Amino acid sequence: MTDFAFPPALILILGAFVLPLVQGTARRVLILGLPALALWAVWSFAPGSHVSIPFLEYTVQPVNVTATGRLFATIFCIMAFTGGLYAMGQARLLELVAAYVYAGSAVGVTFSGDLISLFVYWELMALGSTMVLWSAGTSTAWKASFRYLLIHLLGGVILMAGIVWRVYDTGSVAFAPMQPDNPANILILIGFLINAGAPPLSAWIADAYPEASPSGMVFLSAFTTKTAVFTLMVGFPGAEILVWIGLYMVFYGIIYALLENDMRRILAYSIVNQVGFMVCAIGIGTELALNGAAAHAFAHIIYKALLLMSAGSVLHMTGKRKCSDLGGLFQTMPVTAINGIVGALAISAFPFTSGFVTKSLETSAAAYQGMALVWFLLLAASAGVFLHAGIKFPWFVFFQKDSGLRPEDPPPGMRWSMWFYSFLCIAIGLFPAALYNILPYSTDYEPYTTDHLVTQFQLLLFAGFAFFALLPMMKRTLTISLDFDWFYRRFLRIIAAEFTLRSSHARERMEKRARARVEGFINRLYRHHGPHGILARTWPSGGMVLWVAVMLAGMVLAAAIF
Amino acid sequence: MNNDREKHWLYRRKNLPKLWMIQAAILVLAVLPEFFIHHHEHFPDQGITVDASFGFFAWYGFLTCAAMVVGAKILGIFLKRKDTYYDD
Repeated sequence: MTDFAFPPALILILGAFVLPLVQGTARRVLILGLPALALWAVWSFAPGSHVSIPFLEYTVQPVNVTATGRLFATIFCIMAFTGGLYAMGQARLLELVAAYVYAGSAVGVTFSGDLISLFVYWELMALGSTMVLWSAGTSTAWKASFRYLLIHLLGGVILMAGIVWRVYDTGSVAFAPMQPDNPANILILIGFLINAGAPPLSAWIADAYPEASPSGMVFLSAFTTKTAVFTLMVGFPGAEILVWIGLYMVFYGIIYALLENDMRRILAYSIVNQVGFMVCAIGIGTELALNGAAAHAFAHIIYKALLLMSAGSVLHMTGKRKCSDLGGLFQTMPVTAINGIVGALAISAFPFTSGFVTKSLETSAAAYQGMALVWFLLLAASAGVFLHAGIKFPWFVFFQKDSGLRPEDPPPGMRWSMWFYSFLCIAIGLFPAALYNILPYSTDYEPYTTDHLVTQFQLLLFAGFAFFALLPMMKRTLTISLDFDWFYRRFLRIIAAEFTLRSSHARERMEKRARARVEGFINRLYRHHGPHGILARTWPSGGMVLWVAVMLAGMVLAAAIF
Repeated sequence: MNNDREKHWLYRRKNLPKLWMIQAAILVLAVLPEFFIHHHEHFPDQGITVDASFGFFAWYGFLTCAAMVVGAKILGIFLKRKDTYYDD
């Protein structure tokens, strides 16, 4: 198709800049209308249609509709809508504009048919998300946004290098499946993985996101990591290394979340954990596994946003983030607690929730491929999800001890957006066919078998039992956990401080030596030419007379002799 | 606030045993179907049968979670710092 078609991404990106121009109801209509319009635009294209534009000597495709891209674009639009509703009453205008540019660029990535458009949207996302972070307006957010931007600019540079190298090698800018078997593709893979929160640079998620505003983190949790999942799905399906990277991320997320005290950092680590499942499935690479990764990403965006909306409501109403300060809030925040629990059940893949019908595609894919070790590890990780997010978050925030805090439920916009996402979590769980029908590959997977129900209940309930049995070991402490970011927040700083110290010492020594040399020169000059210098002394006139007499006597003597 | 009667029933000390009993009952309920259904093995070709053994998902879930909690605790010894560590 080469007819004129308006890229859905631009509806959100350009629309974002109209937001400051209008006020009141018009702005609210735009906030909810733009994502809805973008969603309509996404579905107005038939799969396979694309728009090609010649650019330099290449053909770029800013609109290239695939089933996978459409699925991700759909959930991104729904997310922008719900996030907008959640943010409407309390977020700063700057945050909303930035969030819509950010969401639009994420949609843009999913519609990119070539690496050039992909890269442009990729970098726009980095800028948009940094602005979302900035707009929290605190000094910690300001600092965190710088670290965040540095990591993403680094990822962008690596991705750019890979793209240039690949285009130079192959002569094509098309965004097509590749293998990490040459340096160009490996650079592209690393660029994608940095945004996915893969090791070693996983720390940026838990470092930056929790510093955003309550609604800011809801937006941030959805787009960056999931576009990375999308690009990995399209670019590197079946790359075996992703299985092991994914498994590392899964357990990294659990362990760090278990050690964490800040409720939103717990959920941030949990993003790494969930994306790990998807990355692992992409590494498995079968149709079932890729369907699983796509479906899981779709469901995950909803329940993770729901959890963060619940946590954001608590933060908004109490101003507190630490589990050690919270507890007992279910008494006065029942809506927030109920929705938080629905999100927690969904992320844990409890039967009749969206997690149950999506994550099981991934574990089944491992089983069908005969990957026994991977399957056993994913199973343990599924239990671990319930442990670190499914129970830990609601327990410490809403139950635990009675903290004495008596906050009310948040304002209506925040409540409605939570109810909407809770509804989606359960609706997808009860009627998975609607989601299965828009997956990249057709599937006849049946999640509701007696065996699956029984085993899942056993796995999760006994994981919960482990939580309560070991509760004394989970006592919250006022601590953070060291991570890779220590290297750039402390180690490099120590090195830099040491360098400054040593180089200033060296400079001092050099200065001293140079000064000594100049002084020596001046002293010498002074000795010879100074007021007492042998060459500048004022000679007494008597002396002159004496010397002249001596010379005359000498000449007379000489004349007398010769 | 510390008066037992004013507290929500969930926080009353005398209700604690009841809460544990409810949990135990739920766990027993979860394991009951084991007597009636037989699980299929996922990897029969590789000679792995443990995943079809009695209550596998129950004890596997419990043990792996316990291992993760203990593992996190041990790593915490090395990784935990005061939460003001990075503050200037």
